[in-house]
Amino acid sequence: MYDRGWSDGLPLVPPTRERVLRMLEGTSRSADEVVALMPPNLVDCTVEKVAVNSVMAGCRPEYLPVVLASLEAICTDDFNMHGVLATTMGVGPVLVVNGPIAARIGMNSGVNVLGHGNRANATIGRAVQLVVRNVGGGAPGGVDRATHGSMSKLGFCFAEDEEGSPWTTLAEDRGFGPSVDVVTAFCGEGPRILVDQQSRSAESLVRMLAEGLLASVSPRTVMGMDGLLVLSPEHMARFSDAGWGRPRFMEELEKFLMVETDGILAGAGGIAEGLPEGLGGLTLPKFRPGGLLVVHAGGPAGLFSAIIGGWLNGPMGSEPTSREIIQ
Amino acid sequence: MTEPLTVLDPTAEATSGRRSLNPRPVGLDGLTVGLLDISKPRGDVFLDRLEEQLTTRGAMVRRYAKPTFTKPAPVDLRHEIATQCDAVIEALAD
Repeated sequence: MYDRGWSDGLPLVPPTRERVLRMLEGTSRSADEVVALMPPNLVDCTVEKVAVNSVMAGCRPEYLPVVLASLEAICTDDFNMHGVLATTMGVGPVLVVNGPIAARIGMNSGVNVLGHGNRANATIGRAVQLVVRNVGGGAPGGVDRATHGSMSKLGFCFAEDEEGSPWTTLAEDRGFGPSVDVVTAFCGEGPRILVDQQSRSAESLVRMLAEGLLASVSPRTVMGMDGLLVLSPEHMARFSDAGWGRPRFMEELEKFLMVETDGILAGAGGIAEGLPEGLGGLTLPKFRPGGLLVVHAGGPAGLFSAIIGGWLNGPMGSEPTSREIIQ
Repeated sequence: MTEPLTVLDPTAEATSGRRSLNPRPVGLDGLTVGLLDISKPRGDVFLDRLEEQLTTRGAMVRRYAKPTFTKPAPVDLRHEIATQCDAVIEALAD
């Protein structure tokens, strides 16, 4: 299977007929249904092909609906999987799962949430990437010529900790009802840790988070790149103790995410990279309206949060895209 | 002896069609050359210079631009270039 170019570098589970048939029992959709037009070769991708790749990735049948919904989300003009694959920047689909399905299939939203050790988290993201590689033809060295790549190209999927959060979920924030199974695809790099071990008030922590977020992707980008902030439970406690809900948090955070453009113009501080001169004298937000997604996840101890930097956003690049997960 | 293991094909089971390139033009005189800007920063700087060079060599230049460098060129744009030009130069830049 390695020699045929089917692997991402790790061992694969052989997709025997029996295993694929068992995988297909994870969905009510018929095997020959077309899920998406798969980039970069723009071929019809059937449920059966997704099942074959999901077996190879190590998925259990109950994960298949999440893999299918993820593929539907990324194979849209909005998410622009072709561009996400082809860019030299090291980004890939970061998949956030909301709703009861996360607990039902044993997804991790706690200790090591962005790391290793959970079969569902590890294999759902991997299956999605194997489909792009094997069905779409998007292998590294071909259309994918990323300079560094990142773990989000191997497979990056996790669940939000909804039970431990006093806030509305990411899916609710994006217009879905509570208890709806949803996957949200965000085009992002790997996670970077934001350390704040000393803030004891919401007012202090929100300033510190903003300071970290201002460097997301590059301190010299404003509005052009989105971000995904993963708030840890201990950081969340600062805000819930202060009675801040999601709207108050976003409102306060945005105040400290305003950037004086004179400091990031091309040539400012002896650095050629920066905004064109014509944008001088302005105060602009680091993120466009709605361009910062916030989720709650992580282990119960640790005064860290994580930021996942995005890629070129909106119609010119990639739009965060959510899809309901259908069994 | 163990039975051979049969696995199902994870690929699209399709092969991309291949088309050969047009023959390379022997000269530029009287040819229409399309310059496709993929909309990366400074692509226009590169293509402006190419346009100057091509024009002095007798070619007629037509300029095109992709709406964004992150997505494939729209089918209509590709058709327009194919029907209006004898050759095309696509520019990346940064």
